[in-house]
Amino acid sequence: MEFLSHISLGFIPVLIGFILLYGTIKQVPTYESFVEGGKEGIKIAVSIIPFLVGMLVAITVFRASGALEALMNWIRPAMEAIGVPAEIIPLIIIRPISGTAALGMTSDLIAVYGPDSFIGRLASVLQGSTDTTFYVLTVYFGAVGIKKMGDALKVGLLADVVGIIAAIVVVVLVFGAQ
Amino acid sequence: MVNYIWVFMTIVGFVFAMINGTMEEVNKAIFDGAKEAVTLCIGLISILVFWLGMMRIAQESGLLDLLSKLFRPFVKRIFPDVPTNHPAMGYILSNMIANMFGLGNAATPLGIKAMEELKQLNGGMNSASRSMVTFLAINTASITIIPTTVIAIRMNYNSASPTEIVVPTLIATIISMLGAVMIDRYFYNRRSRKG
Repeated sequence: MEFLSHISLGFIPVLIGFILLYGTIKQVPTYESFVEGGKEGIKIAVSIIPFLVGMLVAITVFRASGALEALMNWIRPAMEAIGVPAEIIPLIIIRPISGTAALGMTSDLIAVYGPDSFIGRLASVLQGSTDTTFYVLTVYFGAVGIKKMGDALKVGLLADVVGIIAAIVVVVLVFGAQ
Repeated sequence: MVNYIWVFMTIVGFVFAMINGTMEEVNKAIFDGAKEAVTLCIGLISILVFWLGMMRIAQESGLLDLLSKLFRPFVKRIFPDVPTNHPAMGYILSNMIANMFGLGNAATPLGIKAMEELKQLNGGMNSASRSMVTFLAINTASITIIPTTVIAIRMNYNSASPTEIVVPTLIATIISMLGAVMIDRYFYNRRSRKG
């Protein structure tokens, strides 16, 4: 399965090259479009600062006080029995609820355990692979005035569970368990 | 919900610090956490600017429209209740493509548009139709081609290979997408059996 991380390496250059060539063939003013789109990137990066400040302060306080460690020790036996590192449980809990909060947790895990550790890689794949079910549900249904959600929440959360299991299995298969 | 979790972590942290005598560390943590967050966002600027710039080219050259044409037959099968040439289908496709390329901000308005159209198809009722539940399910489990922010965070913390998680993420999201479609079908069949 190691070849998969090699494909990952070539994937982005190929994609970028393709976008640039296709844009040129279609006579898009590539550089000007790039700059216009890029401006939006600055706006996004700046607008997530308050979300991340709030969440990272809470997580750092929770960790520094020793509360996080106590929680980890409490849930570790059960989690290890099913092969899930206890450290990613807070991320799994918050992922369906808030995207920016999860982003804060992911960056905290990557900072503490290292991006190339098992937990760092798992957090990376988890962050990229599931979405904020509650947010999507609230925004999409709220915007058009849907009151009765039917099975939507159940289906969304079960899909998240599938995504989490898939992320763990794929990371273990591609990178090994530790 | 996120409000409660946020307050919970902070307050429990303070209470724990009082009991454990870690008040000094906690005081430091408040300022360290805030500083870390700002540094991280500054680090994110580089890749977000680059990626959104690239995506603008993809958009203006019609590459994203081309992709949505490619996916149309597949998506048609997931939404049997939506007529092929109905505007809802177009919005659903554009929303999915935007999600795939990490364009969350562009995806949300398209998703809301799709919901509006689906509501009209459903006679304007305020309960979720079959297609709406399906759309929500595949939206929360959407395929990710480039997890831009994750790559940026990994770069920020000096990963030896920030992009090595691209293909694993793609595979995990394809599995969760298929899972979402199957779970949705299962619940739909259960509903129709009940009548």
